[in-house]
Amino acid sequence: MRIKAQVAMVMHLDKCIGCHTCSVSCKNVWTNRPGTEYVWFNNVETRPGVGYPKEWENTDRYKGGWVLRNGKLHLRAGGPVSKLANIFYNPNMADLNDFYEPWTYDFQQLHKREKGESIPVARPKSMITGKYMDKPQWGPNWDDDLAGGTESVSNDPNFRKLQEHIKLEYEKTFMMYLPRICEHCLNPSCVASCPSGALYKRDEDGIVLVDQDACRGWRFCMGGCPYHKVYYNWNTHKAEKCNFCYPRTEAGLPTLCSESCVGRIRYIGVVLYDADQVKAAASVEDPKDLYESQLSVFLDPFDPEVIKKAQEQGINHSWIQSAQESPVYKMAIKWKIALPLHPEYRTLPMVWYVPPLSPIMHHIANEQDLSVDGYIPAVDQMRIPMEYLASILTADDTHQIRRVLLKMTAMRIHMRAKTVGGVDELKKSQLLKEANTTAEELEEMVRLLAVAKYNERFVIPTGRREMLDDLYFMQGSCSIEDLAPPEGRK
Amino acid sequence: MDHFPLCITVLIVAGFYRFMFRGKSWVAPSTEIFEKRWLRIGSVVFHYGIIFAFMGHVMGVLIPMEVYHALGVSDSLYHFMAIAGGGLAGLMVVIGLVVMLTRKFLFPRVHAHTTGGGYFTLLWLILVAGLGTYMTLIYNTTVGEYEYRESIGPWFRSLFTLSPRSDLMLEVPILFKVHILLSFALFAAIPFTRLVHMFSLPVRYPMRAPQQYRSRDGFDKKY
Ligand code: SF4
Ligand code: SF4
Repeated sequence: MRIKAQVAMVMHLDKCIGCHTCSVSCKNVWTNRPGTEYVWFNNVETRPGVGYPKEWENTDRYKGGWVLRNGKLHLRAGGPVSKLANIFYNPNMADLNDFYEPWTYDFQQLHKREKGESIPVARPKSMITGKYMDKPQWGPNWDDDLAGGTESVSNDPNFRKLQEHIKLEYEKTFMMYLPRICEHCLNPSCVASCPSGALYKRDEDGIVLVDQDACRGWRFCMGGCPYHKVYYNWNTHKAEKCNFCYPRTEAGLPTLCSESCVGRIRYIGVVLYDADQVKAAASVEDPKDLYESQLSVFLDPFDPEVIKKAQEQGINHSWIQSAQESPVYKMAIKWKIALPLHPEYRTLPMVWYVPPLSPIMHHIANEQDLSVDGYIPAVDQMRIPMEYLASILTADDTHQIRRVLLKMTAMRIHMRAKTVGGVDELKKSQLLKEANTTAEELEEMVRLLAVAKYNERFVIPTGRREMLDDLYFMQGSCSIEDLAPPEGRK
Repeated sequence: MDHFPLCITVLIVAGFYRFMFRGKSWVAPSTEIFEKRWLRIGSVVFHYGIIFAFMGHVMGVLIPMEVYHALGVSDSLYHFMAIAGGGLAGLMVVIGLVVMLTRKFLFPRVHAHTTGGGYFTLLWLILVAGLGTYMTLIYNTTVGEYEYRESIGPWFRSLFTLSPRSDLMLEVPILFKVHILLSFALFAAIPFTRLVHMFSLPVRYPMRAPQQYRSRDGFDKKY
C-alpha cells in the first residue's frame, strides 16, 4: 500500500449562480498576461452548451484521456511512438478559433474623439494581431445562459447523444452551470502525454503542475487532457495550467476560485488514497463501473491501520487529521453525493460535483401541493435532465444520478418536515428508505451543504516543510538563498 | 572555409549559455494555435525532408568513399541514389520552408507573432537548402557530377581532428563553397534562433513511465 494524500474539491452545483466571480478572480491573478489572454484556468459554462473550448467533450476530435484496449490503458491520441511521429504537427490540437480570439476595446477613442454627430464607440481590437476586429464571432461565455440558442445547445456532445430519442423543446429545456478547473487527476493523461516529462503530479498533495523549465512546447498535453485544461501560452511557448493555487493551499488557504465563490459552492479537503491501486481502478472494463472503482482507491482516514501506514510513509498528523475532517471525504466517499466529472475518461478526476436538483424541481409546478410520495415519480419523470447529468457525471449510468437526486430530495423533505411541518411522517420515512439514508445523515448533510462556515468548507493543512534538512538554517531566510551555498550547513 | 571549429565553438558555448541561463527560452516556438492547415503541410514536409537531408549528408560527407567501395557500391549507383534521394529530400525541405514562409504573410495572427529571428532562420535555411538542392538536382545533371567524396568529404572529416586539409578545397566549385560557408554561419546562429529545439527532440519519451511524480525537496527521505 502506497498511501498518498490528495487535495481535492467538491462543487455543489445547485448553489452555483453562474456569476463568474471565480473565473475573474482566477484570471486576474494567474492569466492576466500576454500569451494567456484566451486562457481560463477556471471557467463556468452554461449547460447544455458547447463549453470552453468549443465541444471539449468531443473525444473523437481532441482525443483526450485514456481508452481501454485488450484490458490495458492507452492514451486515446496514441502512445509515445505515434506522438514522436506527429511531433511536427499535432493533428488533435485545438486552435484559437476553438477557444476565441481575445480582444480589448479602443477606449482612447471614447475620450479623445472630437465633438460630433454620432456617439463615440470603442471598437474591439484583437489582442493577438493588434488590429481592429469588425465583429467578434465568439468569446468567453458567448453562449452564457443559453443565449447561444439551439445552435450551441445542439452542438453539446452530451446533448447530441440524447437527441437520438429526444427532440429539444427549447422553452422546456433545463439549464445549469458547470464551473470547471483542472481535475488534478489521480491518473492524469496530460502527464502521460508530455514528451519532455515536464508535467508531474506532486507527491505531497497531488497537485498537477507544468515544470516551466522542462516544457519545450510540444503541446500534446493540450489535447491529451480530456477536460482541455492545459493551455498553450503563445508568448512563452510553454504549457500552463491550473495550479490549484498551490502558494495559497500550502499556506492553508483555499484556492482563489473557492475563496471568492459567491454561491459558496466549493469545498476543499484532503483525501488519502492508495497509489498502487490507481492503475487497476482506471482499467475496469465497463465505464459505468469506473465511479465505484474510483471510490475503491480511497482509504478510510479513521482506520487505525491506514493511519499507522500513512505515518510510516511520511504523512504527518495534521494531514491525517485534515483527511478525517475533510468535507470532500464526506461528500464524495461517505455520503456519495458528489460525483466525478466524466469518469469514462479514466483519469480519475479529483474535482467532484453534487448534481443540481433545481433543474428537476423547476419542473414541478406547485411543489407545495405535491405529496411526499410524489417526489419519487417526479425525480423519475425527469428523464432528460437525468440522462444529461448521467452523461456528464456517471458515464451514462442514470441509476447513480437517481440515487443522489433522491437523497437530495429526501434531505429537502426532511428539512421541510422539521422546519415547516405538514409532511406525512410515514411517507417521509418511505422516501428516506428509498433514498437509502437516515435522518441523522441528512441533517449532517444539511449542515455541510447549507450552513457550513469557512473553516468547515475548507479544511486544508499547510504545506509540509519538516522534511527539509536545514529548517534551522532556513528560518527567516528568503527563497533566493537557495541559489547561494548555505553558510549554516555543516 | 576552415572556420568550422569556430562556428561549432560558438554553437556549443552560446548554446550552453542559453540552456543554462536563458533556459526558459529553450522551446519549439509553435504557432500552430494560430493556424493549422498550412502548418500541416509546411512543417511536416520540411521536418521530414531535413531529417532525410541530414542522413544524406552523413552518407555523403562523413562516411568515406572507401567504405562504399568495400561494400561494393559502384560510383554510378551511389550518384544515382544521391541525386534521387538527396534531390527529393532537398525539394521537401525547400517546399516546406516556402510554405512556412508564405504562411507567415498569409495569416495575420501568425504574421503578428513572427520575429526578425524567425524570418532570418527561414530565409537562411531557404538559401542553404536551395543551393544544396540546386547542386544536387541541377548542377549534378547539367554541368557534371561532382565527386565531393574525394574533396569535401576528407576535408570535412579533417576539421574534426583540428588539422584542416584546406588544399583539398582549392578545386571545389564555388557553389559548393558558398553552400558550406552559409551552413557554417547557420550552425553558429543556431543558439540564437528557434533552431535550438532540434536538440530537445524527446527521444527518451518512449522509455519513461507514463506517470511522473515529483516531490518537494526531501519529501520521501522520511520513508
Ligand atoms: S484535468 Fe488536469 S490533471 Fe487531469 S488530465 Fe487534465 S490537466 Fe491533467
Ligand atoms: S463564483 Fe461560485 S457561484 Fe459564481 S460562477 Fe463561480 S462557482 Fe458559480
